[in-house]
Amino acid sequence: MLAFIIQRALQAALVMVVMSMIVFLGVYAVGNPVDIVIPPDATIAMREEVIRRLGLDLPLWKQYGIFAWNLLQGDFGRSFIYNMPVLELIGGRLPATLELVLISILFATVTGVSLGIYAGVNPESRIAKLIMGLSILGFSVPSFWVGLILILTFAVHFGIFPAGGRGETVMVFGVEWSFLTANGLSHIVLPALNLALFKMAMMIRLARAGTREAMLSDTVKFARAAGISEATILRRHVLKLISIPIITVFGLELGSTLAFAVVTETIFSWPGVGKLIIDSITVLDRPVMVAYLVLTAFVFVMINFTVDLVFALIDPRIRSGRQKS
Amino acid sequence: MSPVLEVRDLRTEFFTAAGTLRAVNDVSFSLNEGEIIGLVGESGSGKSVTGFSLLGLIDAPGKITGGSVRLKGDELVGMAQPDLRRRRGRDIAMIFQDPIATLNPLLTIGQQMEMALAAHERLSPRASEDRCAEALERVGIPSARARLKAYPHEFSGGMRQRVAISIALLHRPAVIVADEPTTALDVSIQAQIVTEMKMLAREFGVAMIWISHDLAVVSGIAQRIAVMYAGRIVETGPAAQVLRQPRHPYTRGLLDSMPHATAPGQALRQIPGSMPSMMALPPGCAFAPRCAFASPACTSVPELTEAAGRSWRCFHPLDQPAQEGITS
Ligand SMILES: Nc1ncnc2c1ncn2[C@@H]1O[C@H](COP(=O)(O)OP(=O)(O)OP(=O)(O)O)[C@@H](O)[C@H]1O
Ligand SMILES: [Mg+2]
Repeated sequence: MLAFIIQRALQAALVMVVMSMIVFLGVYAVGNPVDIVIPPDATIAMREEVIRRLGLDLPLWKQYGIFAWNLLQGDFGRSFIYNMPVLELIGGRLPATLELVLISILFATVTGVSLGIYAGVNPESRIAKLIMGLSILGFSVPSFWVGLILILTFAVHFGIFPAGGRGETVMVFGVEWSFLTANGLSHIVLPALNLALFKMAMMIRLARAGTREAMLSDTVKFARAAGISEATILRRHVLKLISIPIITVFGLELGSTLAFAVVTETIFSWPGVGKLIIDSITVLDRPVMVAYLVLTAFVFVMINFTVDLVFALIDPRIRSGRQKS
Repeated sequence: MSPVLEVRDLRTEFFTAAGTLRAVNDVSFSLNEGEIIGLVGESGSGKSVTGFSLLGLIDAPGKITGGSVRLKGDELVGMAQPDLRRRRGRDIAMIFQDPIATLNPLLTIGQQMEMALAAHERLSPRASEDRCAEALERVGIPSARARLKAYPHEFSGGMRQRVAISIALLHRPAVIVADEPTTALDVSIQAQIVTEMKMLAREFGVAMIWISHDLAVVSGIAQRIAVMYAGRIVETGPAAQVLRQPRHPYTRGLLDSMPHATAPGQALRQIPGSMPSMMALPPGCAFAPRCAFASPACTSVPELTEAAGRSWRCFHPLDQPAQEGITS
């Protein structure tokens, strides 16, 4: 198990090095920020002074070297535009995105998996057909449109939930959270639902397919023949047998939603990181873009690492280093 | 002595989109305590469905549409599922062909055994562990208590099947349905398992239905043989007699196609043709289109003829000893 962890940690480190290079080069290629940072009427001397201060006169490999060296010390540089440490800038926005994404994904997973298992156990029932119909809808309707409909229905027409913003927050561990206040929670409902629908549809499909396969397996037949009740079979056999694809998708979705919740954040004017990154791209705020992308890569790597560890905990064959049969 | 299991005119049908398929058709047999009956027949003849029907484990679109299954005197056909569940594992158990597929790879052997134990008995964790270790020991698994913590992939195929057998034996059922339990194993291990199952059946008085398409394996374990073709039992009788002197041409065909029925180097004698689709059975005897003895009478279903502990469904039962081919 320890060897497994070390091996995965080394892989993760390698991925991070490569990702940071790709991100740095990619952002470098996007455009020259000097023209945006420096007022048009600046003198040549002023201009050269700024270029020197930002380190833009150095050769590319040196710029990367400085960037990587600072990164290792936890220094992501300063935003060209806001003139404050990038980490502070992103850190101030991250909790909003984090709570929104976690709530929506947990909701999508719990309800999606439950509905999917139900549909897998009773494939011919009317409710199962309704569930599958809903999941097709969840797949095919664009997210921004669902967001608008949610606002029109629940905020404008019925007035049950607010249309945007974070609402009241409370300070816990030095960070502002919305979900801990009743008002904040009511603000989260609609954007979280908006983010959750597509993922729920996916979880329904995964859980249903897995459950159907598991219910037809000899493992379940054998358990039934031993007189084990359906409830126990679902809880102890089926749930475990379907967990691996579900955890995989959970991890992938968690990462990608954290990084790219921007559409929902924009529709519900949710002050998360999505909005920040879009703004920084339009003004070529290079340090923010680079830091954001590197952090995103880091989040993905960490999630994958965790998912692999969870696999090893669930599946003894992975733990003992054997290939899955 | 009254039989522990009495099956009368059992009928199981599948109502599929393509039509109705009668996988088990008026099957009757009975089993005494500790008796082993071999159920043989080609692939698709309805052996497994018969087994599942006995345990009441037929899922939609299938259904038991007639007949009776009496287990220790109680009627199982039509019994409510919760009551049936209480019988399964305790009075009648089943094991399957592929032990890799039957055991859950993600749970330890101990967890799976305790689950099967808890289905019928409330025991303290300690007592439950004792029972499981004991059950493993009984089927010849060394250092049983330690092995409870092992996962299925840490066992060999033969050991895995032993684990499955020990789970089936946990509650000392009166009847075990063994659906091709040795087909997936090496020949040498097959023989071991067959010998051990025979001993266990004698020791605990467990009656067994040993399903196989291999007459050679069945002849080594069963006291009686039932031959199934297209959903019907076409012949039953004491194993030795059925093998020595089959009455039904289909049984003879099966015997002739066994490797040692022909001289070495000679091609195996196959039964001509193949089993008809269960969806479109010919009227009357389903074997008639492949049978060298078929006559116009065979277009109606032959009645069961019983004589001297044997029975068959055929208008033209054989009486000459085996070996002469039925193919002309
Ligand atoms: N769930 C099902 N739905 C529809 N038809 C089924 C179903 N299960 C079995 N059948 C049909 O019932 C018939 C008997 O199948 P069964 O599995 O009992 O055969 P078998 O004698 O056990 O064969 P094998 O030696 O291959 O295991 C087959 O024609 C099969 O197609
Ligand atoms: Mg079968």
